[in-house]
Amino acid sequence: MIDLTRRFDVLIAGGGNAALCAAISARRLGATVLVLEAAPKFYRGGNTRHTRNMRCAHDSATATLSGPYTEDEFWDDLRRVTAGNTDELLARHMISQSKEMLDWIAEQGVRFQPSLGGTLSLGRTNSFFLGGGRAMLNALYRTATSLGVEVLYDAEIVDLEIADSMFLSATLLRDGERVAIRAATLVAAAGGFEANIDWLKMYWGDIADNFLIRGTPYNRGSVLKLLLDKGVERIGDPTQCHAVAIDARAPRFDGGIITRLDCVVFGIVVNKHAQRFYDEGEDVWPKRYAIWGRLVAAQPDQIAYIVFDAASLELFMPSLYPPIRADSIRELAGKLDLDAAALDATVGTFNAAVRPGSFDHTVLDDCRTEGLTPPKSHWARRIETAPFYAYPVRPGITFTYLGTRVNKQARIVMNDGRPSANMFAAGEIMAGNVLGQGYAAGIGMTIGSVFGRIAGQEAAANARN
Amino acid sequence: MHAIETTLIEAERLMTVCNSCRYCEGLCAVFPAMEMRRAFPRGDLNYLANLCHGCGACYDDCQFAPPHEFNVNVPRILARLRGESYQDYAWPRAFSGLFARNGLAISLATALSVAAFVLGFAALNDPAILLGRHVGPGAFYALMPHTAMALLFGAAFLYAVVAIAMGVRLFWRDIQEPAATLIEPRSLWQAMKDASRLRYLDGGGVGCADGDERVPDRRKLYHHLTFYGFLLCFASTVTATLYHYLLGREAPYPWYDLPVLLGTFGGIGLVIGPAGLLAAKRQRDPALSDETRLGMDIAFIAMLFLTGLTGLALVVFRETPTMGPLLALHLGVVFSLFLTMPYGKFVHGIYRFLALTRYAKESSALAAAGKSAAAGGA
Repeated sequence: MIDLTRRFDVLIAGGGNAALCAAISARRLGATVLVLEAAPKFYRGGNTRHTRNMRCAHDSATATLSGPYTEDEFWDDLRRVTAGNTDELLARHMISQSKEMLDWIAEQGVRFQPSLGGTLSLGRTNSFFLGGGRAMLNALYRTATSLGVEVLYDAEIVDLEIADSMFLSATLLRDGERVAIRAATLVAAAGGFEANIDWLKMYWGDIADNFLIRGTPYNRGSVLKLLLDKGVERIGDPTQCHAVAIDARAPRFDGGIITRLDCVVFGIVVNKHAQRFYDEGEDVWPKRYAIWGRLVAAQPDQIAYIVFDAASLELFMPSLYPPIRADSIRELAGKLDLDAAALDATVGTFNAAVRPGSFDHTVLDDCRTEGLTPPKSHWARRIETAPFYAYPVRPGITFTYLGTRVNKQARIVMNDGRPSANMFAAGEIMAGNVLGQGYAAGIGMTIGSVFGRIAGQEAAANARN
Repeated sequence: MHAIETTLIEAERLMTVCNSCRYCEGLCAVFPAMEMRRAFPRGDLNYLANLCHGCGACYDDCQFAPPHEFNVNVPRILARLRGESYQDYAWPRAFSGLFARNGLAISLATALSVAAFVLGFAALNDPAILLGRHVGPGAFYALMPHTAMALLFGAAFLYAVVAIAMGVRLFWRDIQEPAATLIEPRSLWQAMKDASRLRYLDGGGVGCADGDERVPDRRKLYHHLTFYGFLLCFASTVTATLYHYLLGREAPYPWYDLPVLLGTFGGIGLVIGPAGLLAAKRQRDPALSDETRLGMDIAFIAMLFLTGLTGLALVVFRETPTMGPLLALHLGVVFSLFLTMPYGKFVHGIYRFLALTRYAKESSALAAAGKSAAAGGA
């Protein structure tokens, strides 16, 4: 049993990658550490349990990385994906610190492996966790608890006592009782609010009822909300979230990676009126997959259908649910509950607009439509070979951008611009500082590990003073 | 619906889940083999099931393991399918039921076999000889003529070889692998290396599943002791046979002679190894195992343990009057072990080796294709 009446040096709110990196680094400096994870043990770790790699700068190839990835190249990539919506000082600091992270993370028991099948494009830049994100979490938890870090599950924080930028205590609900936990410092590493449908509705309205959440239902943003309500400066657009189009048959929460669909570029995407609404072949899929959640969210009833034919069936990674199959477009429309004549017309118009070209899905090929609105700029092939297939898709929310402002020490900044006396933040809850918009594979884990480690060290030092 | 149908359906469902995730690709051979496929017919599932070493790492690492609604438990379902596949490949078909209540079947076979040797020794020998003290070359054969022993055990061994070979044939047909793979030296050599080191009983290099608080899983060590102990004992028997027929030297041999040294070390392995495996099995998270095959696992472990133990006892007490009964006991256990080999856990080694051979071939073909594609693209 953990003695909750004692005063801890460092209290960590959250239980994912950032939280555990903070816990381990603080504990290694001698601090007493308590981790409060809102989820039950199996679901611990927030979005970390669905991750599989992290992006760190490195000067040369390693056993698991195929080549160097310099700090400058990392910075260029970050600036590009965020369209400059980043804090350069903080971002460059993170990138330079990321170099040490590969070794540091491995020292905590996490193992890397070469990039997974189907992700060769990331083989040089991203380090993949052997066994994926949950394996990484297991290793971090094992290390943390063996060092003496205390962990409490099912421990959602319902209140924070903050006076004049100083954290005093956190209140938990334990078996219906309110329990106040005192600590010298707080590290907020409790993620975003993507699983908080009511909060999403504030910006999206009732259509958020049709969103699927890719992670656990425990990413409710309680700690983020408490901090923002109590004078912490916010960062990031509250209306923005990372949304991809995932299989509409996925469960409401925690469908994870296996419900994603990589076949938009191979077919056409229609809405419930069987009408196309966006250029499916605008750019290579890794650069476009993250816009489709938003696009589908804008369609009636937040539903759309990817339609393709037998020629494309095996060109993309398999996913959990089989595609809906039919021998004709009209039959397919029936199975999808779409107007058969309308779908037939849409496919017919599309097919008529396809120009001849040489199909190559690995490059921006010359297969495109002419005189069609919206066009399909690449990989446009006639949908004509039975059987025909379709996947229904809905917006799948991965994470939110709203967060707390921090400085280079991962110290939380208050509304008046002053750094907090004893509060730090790491991971998704402060990701908006460096990732104002967009996304690059593995960068969430970099933010979590780098700022988690910094936050742990700074909190431990802060607690000693 | 038959149990095997249910298991196949569930295994197919899990492979579809896993193939759209692939996070476990680095843990063992099962997931890379899975990635070479998009559909999972029965033969392929049986292949994957026999390729799985049951390390359990993928269960610990899986974000979709129970209590998640996707309920992914690959080690357990592959263990179940593996057990059902042994039953399917049993030859003659009429004996496949022996797998269903394997603990009982093996216990009965062993009890009958031991009883037959004890009774045979008693009926055919004067009590003075049975309980007498025999030393020097040919001491064992005072109780049972060498030719009788060689014929009886030779026949049992031959039967086991034939029955297992028939099973191999069925397995190979089921997974639809050409016969030519079985004589392909590179694949066989790779499979031998992977099997002899238990490369895939290792969670990709971090060890088997041990959960958060459980003690480390030492099955690899104990399996090595068991397997190499078994091989040493087998080598001891072969050496002794060669001594007998080629050199005209009769057992028992002095303690420092090769057959005794091999047998003693092998016997020690066969005592410690199975004991360790049994203990490790008890510590293991029950979620990872197929509880319906517990009897089969334990029966085989117990048989190996008894083989080692009775063999060692024979070495220690061979110059005392207990030699006669001990010899009957040891021969009874070994005879039963030979006879039941095709109908018990022993076959796991055979099918796993074969699955590793196919995997070696598949993966090197894939690597070669990848290289030529890369060269073509460059």
